[in-house]
Amino acid sequence: MTTEVGSIGAVATSTLGEAAVGRAAPHALWVRISHAILSVSILTLAFTGVVILMAHPRLYWGDAGNDLTPALIELPISRNYQHGGWEQPTSIADGRGAISANRTYDIFNQNGWGRSLHFLAAWWLVLPGILYLLFGLFDGHFRAHLWPRRGELTIGALWREMADHLRLRIPASSGAPRYGVLQKLAYTGVVFVLAPLMVLTGLTLSPAVTAAHPWLLRLFGGYQSARTIHFFTFVSLLLFVIVHVVMVVRSGWRRQIRAMTVGD
Amino acid sequence: MSTRLITRRRAIVTGLASLGALAAAKYPAQLPPTHGNLLRMGDAFTYAAQRALLPGQSLVREYTPDDLTSFPATGTTDPGATVKSALGQSYRRLQAAGFADWRLQVEGRVSTPRAFSLADLKGLSARTQITRHTCEEGWTAIGQWTGVPLSVVLASVGVLPTARYVVFYSYDEWVDSVDMLDALHPQTLLAYGMNGRDLPVPHGAPVRLRVERQIGYKSVKFLHRIVVSDEFNGGEASSIESGWAWYTGI
Repeated sequence: MTTEVGSIGAVATSTLGEAAVGRAAPHALWVRISHAILSVSILTLAFTGVVILMAHPRLYWGDAGNDLTPALIELPISRNYQHGGWEQPTSIADGRGAISANRTYDIFNQNGWGRSLHFLAAWWLVLPGILYLLFGLFDGHFRAHLWPRRGELTIGALWREMADHLRLRIPASSGAPRYGVLQKLAYTGVVFVLAPLMVLTGLTLSPAVTAAHPWLLRLFGGYQSARTIHFFTFVSLLLFVIVHVVMVVRSGWRRQIRAMTVGD
Repeated sequence: MSTRLITRRRAIVTGLASLGALAAAKYPAQLPPTHGNLLRMGDAFTYAAQRALLPGQSLVREYTPDDLTSFPATGTTDPGATVKSALGQSYRRLQAAGFADWRLQVEGRVSTPRAFSLADLKGLSARTQITRHTCEEGWTAIGQWTGVPLSVVLASVGVLPTARYVVFYSYDEWVDSVDMLDALHPQTLLAYGMNGRDLPVPHGAPVRLRVERQIGYKSVKFLHRIVVSDEFNGGEASSIESGWAWYTGI
């Protein structure tokens, strides 16, 4: 996206050591295929994830949390929000304050298909995601296009690009993987931080996986902590997707879509 | 594209193929039917992957009495009041007599089918464990369970070597099953006690299943019959027939 428009174009092209004129190599075929598959799986995961969260829109910290224990956050996203449909609680542990109560409220719950579709989509994130990481590593794609160069990570350069982005002054797309430094940081953040965090916190929610790998529970501070981190990582990814789409539109919608699909 | 690059790609493909072959060696020989349903195919893939990649009998984390938490009772909380069929009536009758006449029928592919009373089960070697109950809805609760390992009961009736699944029938007309790996897992219990007391009715009295490496709804409450089977048996009221995953290791 960093080409001739504005001041950052000059910075980016000089650091890339390429002439701004002419066409750079377009997105590789494997990048375009990965982008298509991972986009569909991530959107499916986001949609089903919200459906699953609607069944129990309460978040906790630690290992255990339920309607009879205090929540960290309650999200008003389904009729289950603070429904209060419980019979009189009874004590279930002598002198420990643990109670039980029968639910009398018919909760919203679409997890039968919601969970299965979530995990089906998760396989389409994890398996193509592993291939993407292997290709990106051995193809030199990460080093050449995603990893910020030394000179790019200066306060001044970052500040200038931040200011341009906030004014929505986005350079026109070159249709090639020549990215600005903020763009590189966003992509590396998603690929190397948010996506792995999403998968790891997701795996921590599997009782079979944590039986074999209890370190996952220790790493995230318990089942419910992992679920809460899973949610906030989703929120971060959602913000990324929104900004990503805005940037694509601002930098030349048609050009960008063609570049990431047919590759010209 | 240099020739070197192609070599690297081939190396990646070969590496992944070897991993796949390793996993396939531990792949379950018989998979639950998917009924041609895309969602169930995903579940079957998760089942195959977890069985292939995870060690067979690793134990879930056990907690201390200080960790016990409040525990919602969801789903059926009293079959005697809500189940309209003959099963509901017999549950009401048994409950009135303190479950003294309750029997657990264990049959199917076993050498000596047998009906266990509550006293029979309590006479077998007991296990107490404090574990986390993980509900598909998203909540968790920590409870203490006392019962007899299912493996002990199965050993006492002599499971035939062809057996692959154990099917559970409940007084709230639910049917569900687990494979032999989960059935013989040391933490898979027929629980008659919760938090040091008799198992309360809302939590599945007199005896419920605990399958600790799966999601909560696999731990069938209000048991009355267990059938050992060579074949996968979805059952008409089972999870898979009602649109829920059969395998819920995640």
